[in-house]
Amino acid sequence: MSQMFLHSDQSIVRKLFALNWGLVFLIIAVTSIGLISLYSAAGGNFDPWASRQFTRFCLGCFVMIIVALIDIKWWYKLTWLIYFGGLGLLVFVELKGHVGMGAQRWIDLGFIKLQPSELMKIAVVMALARHFHGASLGQVKRITFLIIPAIIILAPVALVLLQPDLGTSLMILMAGAGIIFMAGAPIWLFVSGIVGTAICIPIAYQFLHEYQKKRVMTFLDPESDPLGAGYHITQSKIALGSGGVEGKGFLQGTQSRLNFLPEKQTDFIFTLWAEEWGLFGGLVLLGLFALIFGYCFWIAFRCKHNFGRYLALGLSLNFSLYVFINISMVMGLIPVVGAPLPLVSYGGTSMLAALAGFGLIMCCSIHRHSKVTR
Amino acid sequence: MAFREEEHAHNFSRRAFVIGFLQFLGLGILASRLAWLQVSQGHKYKTLSDKNRINMRMIAPLRGEILDRFGVPLAVNVQNYRALIVPEQTEDLKESLQKLREFIPVTEETIDRILKESKKTAKFIPLRVREDLTWEEVAKIEVHLPDLPGLMIDVGETRNYPYVESTAHIIGYVRSVSQEELTGDPLLTLPGFKIGKTGIEKVYDLEMRGRAGAMEEEVNVHGRAVRELSKKPMQSGTRVALSIDGELQRFVQEALSEHKSASAVVLDAHSGAVYAMASHPSFDPNMFVSGIPKDVWQAMNNDPTLPQTNKALAGQYPPGSTFKMITALAGLEAGTINRNTSVKCLGVYKLGRDKFHCWKRYGHGRMDIISAIQQSCDTYFYEMAVETGIDRIAEMAERFGLGKTLGFEIEEEKPGLIPDQAWKRKRFGNKWQPGETVVASIGQGYILTTPLQLAVMTARLVNGGYAVKPWITGYVGDQFKGAEQWPKIKVSDAHLAMVKKGMGAVVNTPKGTAYASQIIDENLGAMAGKTGTAQVRRITAEQRRLGVKNEELPWEQRHHALFVGYAPVDDPRYVCSVVVEHGVGGSSAAAPLAKKILEQVQIRDPAATDIYSFDKDKTTQDESVKRDMIGPFLPSREIGG
Repeated sequence: MSQMFLHSDQSIVRKLFALNWGLVFLIIAVTSIGLISLYSAAGGNFDPWASRQFTRFCLGCFVMIIVALIDIKWWYKLTWLIYFGGLGLLVFVELKGHVGMGAQRWIDLGFIKLQPSELMKIAVVMALARHFHGASLGQVKRITFLIIPAIIILAPVALVLLQPDLGTSLMILMAGAGIIFMAGAPIWLFVSGIVGTAICIPIAYQFLHEYQKKRVMTFLDPESDPLGAGYHITQSKIALGSGGVEGKGFLQGTQSRLNFLPEKQTDFIFTLWAEEWGLFGGLVLLGLFALIFGYCFWIAFRCKHNFGRYLALGLSLNFSLYVFINISMVMGLIPVVGAPLPLVSYGGTSMLAALAGFGLIMCCSIHRHSKVTR
Repeated sequence: MAFREEEHAHNFSRRAFVIGFLQFLGLGILASRLAWLQVSQGHKYKTLSDKNRINMRMIAPLRGEILDRFGVPLAVNVQNYRALIVPEQTEDLKESLQKLREFIPVTEETIDRILKESKKTAKFIPLRVREDLTWEEVAKIEVHLPDLPGLMIDVGETRNYPYVESTAHIIGYVRSVSQEELTGDPLLTLPGFKIGKTGIEKVYDLEMRGRAGAMEEEVNVHGRAVRELSKKPMQSGTRVALSIDGELQRFVQEALSEHKSASAVVLDAHSGAVYAMASHPSFDPNMFVSGIPKDVWQAMNNDPTLPQTNKALAGQYPPGSTFKMITALAGLEAGTINRNTSVKCLGVYKLGRDKFHCWKRYGHGRMDIISAIQQSCDTYFYEMAVETGIDRIAEMAERFGLGKTLGFEIEEEKPGLIPDQAWKRKRFGNKWQPGETVVASIGQGYILTTPLQLAVMTARLVNGGYAVKPWITGYVGDQFKGAEQWPKIKVSDAHLAMVKKGMGAVVNTPKGTAYASQIIDENLGAMAGKTGTAQVRRITAEQRRLGVKNEELPWEQRHHALFVGYAPVDDPRYVCSVVVEHGVGGSSAAAPLAKKILEQVQIRDPAATDIYSFDKDKTTQDESVKRDMIGPFLPSREIGG
């Protein structure tokens, strides 16, 4: 393990100085918003959510820094191990796993419920970054070169879809597609992909689970069933809208406090925040996310090697997809897919995965001058 | 190679910028959506949010009480102890209910109903097990409360009528609101809310209802109240004070109960205030409040003596000889008779080929206006009435309040009937016959009057000729609804004096028809009046020949017994009318009753006391607030949109 650090180009202390403390600050800011909201969700109590979330965050920060300090060459070497390990875990949960929320999604390790799909999101980005690391533009333009990336993406997508977790599988697919796009794959591929998807949607709809179909239907017309499946969306919109510009005030969110808001501590935490802090609070959080995206973009551009660029941008894209999907869901822009808001929602795996992702991004920044060989 | 790397990097930057642009575009979309929801839609969602969390609960108002003229309550609200059970506080609802049966009686149906209700409502809403618990039952439950999880005792308000059947016809009763009676007033939809169905309860229902209070509660998603946001206390309904004397009313009711079916009215001769108005048989109005058993209801509806009808208002009877004062006045005013006109009664009066009998078989001999009233000689009136004519008699009857409703507060009032030539033509299409005038002169034939009208007629005869109308409402809140001043009737005082003299002689001279009912007590004013015996069916020649005694006939064929009277005779204050259905004779059945009543009313002397006015006590407000605290439990209910 020490080898990982010692064989790097820089000392650990210098690396620590090189750590992106600005990004760390942004992450702490966003997490704080999450902790404030969880404190409010519990009716002004640290228990049961805020305190545990804080512990996880501290643990996650530790993991993040470790991940950032490890030499990027090691991550490059470990890529396939991580990828296939994650794939193996996905197969494992498919075969034997706990039944939670009607879908088999996690492995109970005792102290944490590990969701292999969360791990897979990072692993797919790493695998693609590694694959495109040494590739020339000419190679990428060849359609045959894209067969391996396609397999890298579709294998976990298929497994996650089987769980069944449509939201996560779509996110893996989109993040993967984003990296292939950035790597320089022909534009027509994406155009035809989008057109193809548009054609496939009605067909795919037939294969959706009943609850997924219902989610789509209630998304299209939430008021049709305000007490049934559309209840979540309607109540979330009421909470957001009633917050107004100034918000109802800390601990004063009636929708969440009186339990009209479903799953307020997890998927609908943004709603709780914006109900209590209003448009002002909502924009502050969105602004923080924007700064995080920008910071990651800056890191990617300063990176001298392709592996780091793809990794940083891919993970940032992954993170932003989470943010979009969660917030557009609670605002009623897309169907309820059951995705948490990273760093803010209560949940160990998503917190750990997000922080590990940021650790890798920072790793790209610290080791931006490293010579990553093929 | 370096060039290609360069090109690759350039290409990467371009593509990466597209992704970056999309990321910020996404955040922009989210920000504008948030602004749209919170700014332009904010008001709409704010309303929806409040609708979510705020539940309006109505607090039922306390119904205004009804008091008698002395302030004695005739209709009150009593606390009603109810057993309730909260399903969430008990592990096994059915078992808890079974356990409760060890202490108080609970029917199987009740248990079934509760189990059914518990499936439909939220678990924290208390369900009604039993109402009207006795003190003993309350005590039993309280003692065993630790063994009865989920059970609670709650106090509600129910209407109660302490005078029970004595005031049933006047006060009426309240009953649950039926579907047809819903007016959209949310108050009416409150569970257990009752409205006035008959009597004064109906007349002043709106005033006595009061105004519902409202409690705004914050509720959570399950509808459980989390905290109280605001409370507007209910306003008790207006109190009503009647002119009735409750104890006199009870006395009259009990006096009437010696007969199968009877009614009586006691009026103030000068103001028209009703002191008592009774109709026997009566019923227990409290039964209607709590729900009347079916068999009792059916028995009441099939009873020929009509217990539910206020016969003092709605019973229409031929007035018989009590009508003779009107006939006399019509003759005196028309000039067909005067003080000195005399007629010889031989027991029969012949008009053409028709024979009309006097009640006294062999006649009264020579009669003048005073003695004709005193001895109730029919022949005297037969003869003078034919000369006077029916229209004049009818017109006089109307001046004295007969033949039309008097605008009494309680709507049950019936108009009676005073026939004249025009009426006959209209009703039957043929001419009035002189024989019909003969029959009408002694209050028979078509003429119908109510006991109330007879009392009013008597009042107008003895009060100096003022057209009093009867009234029963003293105060509604602090508003006086009674009347003291009445217009004068166009009639000569001298003629009225003659009639009064005759009425005095009826009771106070040995030959008078009601001499047996003379008030002997020297402390009380003497009574005057007039007896009446009204035929229900024509006495056949056969019966007359055989001398069949009326009391031997079946009850429904016997004569009605009537009496109108007043006291004291010199300075009339109290007027009384009594009708005993099929009581055989006015002097034998009705006059003794009138004597008892006029004695009692003079002893109690209600006229000496003003009607209880609410200005005297201002405790009403505090009391209503206090009551509000323990007000009836009502399941939460949203009102309005």
